[in-house]
Amino acid sequence: MKVQKQLEQRMLMIAWISGGLIAFGYISRFLLNFQAGYFWSLMMASVVSFLPIALHAFQALKVRTVSIELLVSIAILGAFLIREYNESAIVSFLFLFGHLLERKALEKTRRSVKKLTDMAPVHALRIDGPRLQKVAVDEVEKGDRLLVKTGAQVPVDGRIISGFGYLNEASVTGESRAVRKKAGQTVFAGTLLDNGTLHIEAERVGEDTTFGKIIESVEEAQDEKSHVEKFIDRFARGYTPAVLVLALAAGLWTQDLRLAVTLLVLGCPGALVIGAPVSNVAGIGNGARHGVLIKGGEIINQFSRVDTLLLDKTGTLTRGATEVTEVAAYTRNLNNFLTIAQALEKESDHPLGKAIVSYAERRNQVLPLDVRETIVVKGKGIRAKVAGRLYFMGSETFVKEAGIHLREDQQKTIDRMRQSGASTVLMADAEQLVAVFAITDRLRDNVPAALASLRKSGIRRVIMQTGDNRQTAEAIARQAGIDEIRAELLPEEKAADVEKLKKAGHTVAFIGDGINDSPSIAAADIGIAMGNGTDVAVETSDIVLMRSRFSELAHAHALARKTVWNMKENIAIALGTVLLLLIGLLNGWIYMASGMLIHEISILLVIVNAMRLPGFRSEKAEKHLKLDGCQVNQMSGDL
Amino acid sequence: MTQIVMQLNELTCPSCMQKIESALRKQSGVQEVRVLFNASKVKADIDPETIQPAHLSEVVEKLGFDVQSVKLKKGV
Repeated sequence: MKVQKQLEQRMLMIAWISGGLIAFGYISRFLLNFQAGYFWSLMMASVVSFLPIALHAFQALKVRTVSIELLVSIAILGAFLIREYNESAIVSFLFLFGHLLERKALEKTRRSVKKLTDMAPVHALRIDGPRLQKVAVDEVEKGDRLLVKTGAQVPVDGRIISGFGYLNEASVTGESRAVRKKAGQTVFAGTLLDNGTLHIEAERVGEDTTFGKIIESVEEAQDEKSHVEKFIDRFARGYTPAVLVLALAAGLWTQDLRLAVTLLVLGCPGALVIGAPVSNVAGIGNGARHGVLIKGGEIINQFSRVDTLLLDKTGTLTRGATEVTEVAAYTRNLNNFLTIAQALEKESDHPLGKAIVSYAERRNQVLPLDVRETIVVKGKGIRAKVAGRLYFMGSETFVKEAGIHLREDQQKTIDRMRQSGASTVLMADAEQLVAVFAITDRLRDNVPAALASLRKSGIRRVIMQTGDNRQTAEAIARQAGIDEIRAELLPEEKAADVEKLKKAGHTVAFIGDGINDSPSIAAADIGIAMGNGTDVAVETSDIVLMRSRFSELAHAHALARKTVWNMKENIAIALGTVLLLLIGLLNGWIYMASGMLIHEISILLVIVNAMRLPGFRSEKAEKHLKLDGCQVNQMSGDL
Repeated sequence: MTQIVMQLNELTCPSCMQKIESALRKQSGVQEVRVLFNASKVKADIDPETIQPAHLSEVVEKLGFDVQSVKLKKGV
């Protein structure tokens, strides 16, 4: 096997020797008029470049695969037999040289992902008792204590035990600004400690870290084949032996070895086999660099056909950082009711509840209260006895169902809050309304612009789903530029909605962030998760927006369409080449060497075509970035 | 069941995948083999009682590929 490694490493040299011999052969023939030199050098060129090709062919044959190399080897042998040394030399040289060029070009299409994997941490400083030891990152185990110094990479996901520092988390979140973290907080593998010193305890190591998972998914995704690719693979597997049989039959039939040999060369399924995968690899690589994780070739294909986009409101369309902006109280004891509200909402982990808790905590001395008989009604509200008295807290319907009557002025206040885009949480005791909380959540950046460009790139319907009431939903939808909304939905109704749209013949993408969005993400043709969302959502999804930005969504869709188009171009180039060769053969214009040349050109053409993808930037995405600043200001003015 | 992940030198020919895949599949104790062509990685689910990971990397090396590193993940 050493022979093969040697051959692999010397491939370039072999190609040059072979090329040099061919050049020498032609010089001797036409300039020196030295026929023997012509024959001998071409013969030698054939033998030299035949060896590595034949070796590959033989190895594939050992595992019962008829490879392209086998076709070419037989063709070279055949040409040698009929003493067409110039043909055999040129064919083998072109094949080798083409192979080398392909390898270089492939490296380029893989470059984006390579850059990502190169960012993975290599070393860690482990604290072994009093000593400090530099170890490979693979050796770090869960529970190990590590030291991270200024300028170093965080080697694993872990919790800070002591110290504080400023971290650049661009490799995980895409936000390249320093985040201050202190003891108790989590740090991520692959992020950089700009300033400070941290003692951390390893919680997740190697491929289990957030960064490791991102890389693993990208790597898996690049080899996840689309239906077209799978078909081509199957086709090529049967096609190559078929060419062999066909050439054999043609040779026997016509007794023309030259024709048989030409057929073998022309029949190589080169560009067709490599054309589709190379586009996908390049497309997925581009996505990964722009913060979009696309989990496979079929997903690119499917995503490019999506015509309906469903969006979850809280945490997806909006930042999910909710804040109480207004409180209307209908009781005299302001402090008292805030304490009760805080105690009640502590029982739930709903984002609106959290906002109320933090509002109360900021304003009040928090007293521990006795909360009993808590009942949480999913998607509606919470009822419990606080310090012996019954309270209701939740949506308007929830409170009304509890038998509370709203006065006209109260109803007006609620409506006004909602029309400004706030969500409302009502609080009542057993007899009457106690307070109304208005809670707002800001729209993410770039939402209207991203949605507009998605519409331009073929998405016809954009629908917003929310468990919130209709008025709030409408206000948010107006800001985002969405005209269709489904409000007051229960979690299970969201997924049912997706199914219904699919049954109606739409290709549906759903984008969400929470655990409650996971059923919809799984049900949709294309499930998209916000990268800052829960693990479940990220894992069940087909596409992850790693930086949770809407401009990424627009880029992803434009990229998917571009990639599919690129793949189609490549298939067209491949089929066109076959057609061209066939016509050429029938008319007697093409023989072995010229056939091989055209073949190699077509292969390089598809790779070069795919190489346009890693650099692809949707114009719109660029515009969004520029708009970023001014849009934020405008929006905060609106709210 | 243990998952073995081998990082190889860069793979450039698609037919290499078939070679590696079918060679590994023939080994007893190997269940699922996936060759990640673009990442130049081989992932296989193996039964560690029947087959040694070292033996598997030997098989791959015999085919003419350099194995840069081998990682094992237990209980997959």
